[in-house]
Amino acid sequence: MSYVNTIIQGLLLGGLYALYAAGLSLIFGVMRLVNLAHGDFIVLAAYVILALSSFTFLPPVVAFMIAAPFLFALGWALQKYILNRTVQSNLLVPLLVTFGLQIIVQNGLLEAFSADSVRIQLGPIETASITIAGISMGVMPLLTFLAALVVIGGLNALFYRTKLGRRLRATSDSPVFAQIVGINPRNIFAIAMGISFVVIAVAGFFMGARANFDPSVGPARLLFAFEAVVIGGLGSLWGTLGGGIILGVAQELGATISPQYQVLAGHLVFLLIILVRPNGLFSKQ
Amino acid sequence: MALLETHEIEVFYGDFQAVFGIDVSVEEGETVAIIGANGAGKSSFLNALAGITPSKPDAITLDGKPVGGTPAYEMVKKGIALVPEGRKLYPSLTVEENLLIGADGKTVDRGWNLDEIYRLFPILKERAKQMSTTLSGGQQQQVSIGRALMANPKVLLCDEISLGLAPTIVKDVYAAVKEIQARGTTVLLVEQDLSAALGAADRVYCFMEGRVTLTGRPDELTKDQIQHAYFGMSDA
Repeated sequence: MSYVNTIIQGLLLGGLYALYAAGLSLIFGVMRLVNLAHGDFIVLAAYVILALSSFTFLPPVVAFMIAAPFLFALGWALQKYILNRTVQSNLLVPLLVTFGLQIIVQNGLLEAFSADSVRIQLGPIETASITIAGISMGVMPLLTFLAALVVIGGLNALFYRTKLGRRLRATSDSPVFAQIVGINPRNIFAIAMGISFVVIAVAGFFMGARANFDPSVGPARLLFAFEAVVIGGLGSLWGTLGGGIILGVAQELGATISPQYQVLAGHLVFLLIILVRPNGLFSKQ
Repeated sequence: MALLETHEIEVFYGDFQAVFGIDVSVEEGETVAIIGANGAGKSSFLNALAGITPSKPDAITLDGKPVGGTPAYEMVKKGIALVPEGRKLYPSLTVEENLLIGADGKTVDRGWNLDEIYRLFPILKERAKQMSTTLSGGQQQQVSIGRALMANPKVLLCDEISLGLAPTIVKDVYAAVKEIQARGTTVLLVEQDLSAALGAADRVYCFMEGRVTLTGRPDELTKDQIQHAYFGMSDA
């Protein structure tokens, strides 16, 4: 029973990792851009929601809903005015630019909010739990997993059932030849980054509500996101959820051996999967 | 006034010049073929017309208005649609999605829609939900032509539409080109298959090393003239 419990807790943790990873996977899928600042933008989103909630005394959920469109605009502008200048060049230029953004965001947050760790307070729901078939589950982890399903399901619906999704896929297939049907790939990239920032806002909300955070925790979020994306298969959204779950379960199983093996177990599974299936478990390639 | 004209158009790839000051004119409703060997500059010329490769603003006019240097995503909205060499279908889209996305470039309705494309290429209706990569070469070419037609263009640019296709399939593809022309769409073809090009075109330009070496109506040109213009040599 304890192993079933561990696997279920890992599955729920995987929901959080899938949220971290979904935006990264979306951006890589559409424009082959590895955003090294992704984790720091998750932390930035968490601070924006926290600050908005603190200054306006609005519930954090409402603060999130107000922040999400602003974060869409931030992502759109970031791509339009900075990253679009790098995407047509070799792989190194966007990596260096997003690495620079990582440093700017971290230091900006440190300057604005100090190094003290903080948390988005949601009240009693944070510690609430339900028991199903003798297994106790936290309400917040359950909500996080549900949010991951909604986000990834929503992104899939957007990609495969809408006109915009058709354009996103065509641009992903060939930015040059997407133009012959009237698509401006730079606009599509900017919209994709905007959508990614909305997903980042969701990830930031749940990260900030589930654990303390400070300006330095971004790179670790990036690492978990990156591992989930690679395990799942680059560019595959449901694969990203699968990757997050595998990572979460591996970490929880590692923690049952010893708490110090929690993160290490995730890394080892990641390495194993890279060795066995370098394209990821759910990649179509 | 010709519908589409180029004026001393030049195409460069970095320091390399592929097209040297070419003048071509295409009248409304005409089918014009550009023939020439590999490396003659035909596709570079067509890509410049489609906005894929840059050109000077006054190097291309459409309806007398300069459109040179317009990016490809704007060029299609001005009425120039491209069927690219190698088809360049979107592999993550189904056949129907590949066709529907072509309508994103439509600004004027000239009667081309999904039903009309399916009437022109009935097999595509049967394959509508399949991924485009699962089709045969000839069917993929039909999708590529259909996608460009969905933009309802004034001018349809076709780059090597016979490439890699069996002769019977080439015949079918060119029968469709004839029908497209009969419906009033102006067609500019780039083609290495001489018999296909000469059979479909009202006028022909022959390119060699980025320059025009011959022009005329197919029935006025002799085999020797074409051979000389095409390869730079003759039987004599």
